[in-house]
Amino acid sequence: MIPVEYYVSLSALLFVIGGVGFLVRRNVLVALMSIEVMLNAANLALVAFNRSHLARGVGQTYAGQSHTGQVLAFFIIAAEAAEVAVGLAIVLALYRLRRTVRSDEADLLRN
Amino acid sequence: MAALGAAYFYACALLAVGGAVSVVVAKNPIRCAMGLLLLILSVAGLFLALHAQFLAAIQLIVYAGAIVVLFLFVIMLLGPAASTPNDRRGLAVRIFGGGLFGLAGLASITLVAEAARAMHRVLPMPIPDPSFGGIEAFGSVLFSDTLVPFEVSSGLLMVAVVGAIAVARGRQGSHTLSPAEQEISRRAPSIDPMRELHPSAVFSHELPEGEAKRHAS
Repeated sequence: MIPVEYYVSLSALLFVIGGVGFLVRRNVLVALMSIEVMLNAANLALVAFNRSHLARGVGQTYAGQSHTGQVLAFFIIAAEAAEVAVGLAIVLALYRLRRTVRSDEADLLRN
Repeated sequence: MAALGAAYFYACALLAVGGAVSVVVAKNPIRCAMGLLLLILSVAGLFLALHAQFLAAIQLIVYAGAIVVLFLFVIMLLGPAASTPNDRRGLAVRIFGGGLFGLAGLASITLVAEAARAMHRVLPMPIPDPSFGGIEAFGSVLFSDTLVPFEVSSGLLMVAVVGAIAVARGRQGSHTLSPAEQEISRRAPSIDPMRELHPSAVFSHELPEGEAKRHAS
C-alpha cells in the first residue's frame, strides 16, 4: 500500500510544474492549461487526504465514511469547467481584438 | 500484490509528471493539450488507486471529454495564430521568476517530506468500506450534506455558459465597433443571405458549368 505522503508529494510536484508553466509561458492557451495542471494537483491532494481521514465528521448527515475531500474535488471540477469556458471565450475575444494570443500584447488597459 | 500497487503508482506518477512537463515545455499548443490529456488520464488512474471510483469517472468525462476537447476546438479555430513561435521577449525575466517559484516549491516539498519522514508515518491509512467512493455513497453525500453547494454550482455553470456566449459573440449589430473590429469586419467576406436561402442556389452555384450539366442529365 502506497502511503498518502507519496500522493501528496506528487501533487505538490505537479503544482510546482503548473505554476512554473503559468509564470514562464506567454501563450494564453498554455497559461490556461497550466492552471488546469495546478487544479488537478489540488484535486489529487484532496482525494489523498480524504483516503487518509475516513472518520465520520461532526454534523454529517450521511451515515457512512466521510467523503469531504472527494466532494470538494467534485466542486473544484465543476468550477473549473466554468473557468475554462469563460477563459476560452476571453481568449477568443482577445484574438478578435488584437489578432494575437500572447498575454503581453493584451495591454488595452495600460496607462 | 504490494509490489504491483507500487508499480502502478510509480507508472501513473511518471506519466503525470511527464504530461505536466510537456504542457509547460511544448512549443505547439496541440502537444500541450495532449500532455494535459496524459496528465488527466494518469490522475484518474491515481484516483482509482485511492478508492475514488466515481471521481475517476467524472475526471474522464469532464476533463478528457469536455475540457481538453474545448481547448482543441479553440486551438483549431485560431489555426496558426494559436502558436507563438517568437516567444523570446522578456524570456530571461520570465525564466528568473519561474525558476524562483520552482526552486521555492521544490525546497518546501523537500522540507515537508523530511519532516514527515522524521515523524514516522503521521498520516493513517484506514480500511475503507466497500461502498466508499462509489456512485451510491457519493450521491448520498452530495444530496444530503452538500445539497446547497450542489445547487449553487449548477447556478454557477449556468451563469458561466451565458457569460461565455456573451463574451465570445462580441458586439454584433452594434454601431460602436472599435477600429480593430471595424478592420476585421471589413476583411471578412460578405455573405448574401438571400442567395443562401434560395433553394435553387444552394448547390448549383458551387458547381462549374459542365459539372452542373452532367449532374442534371
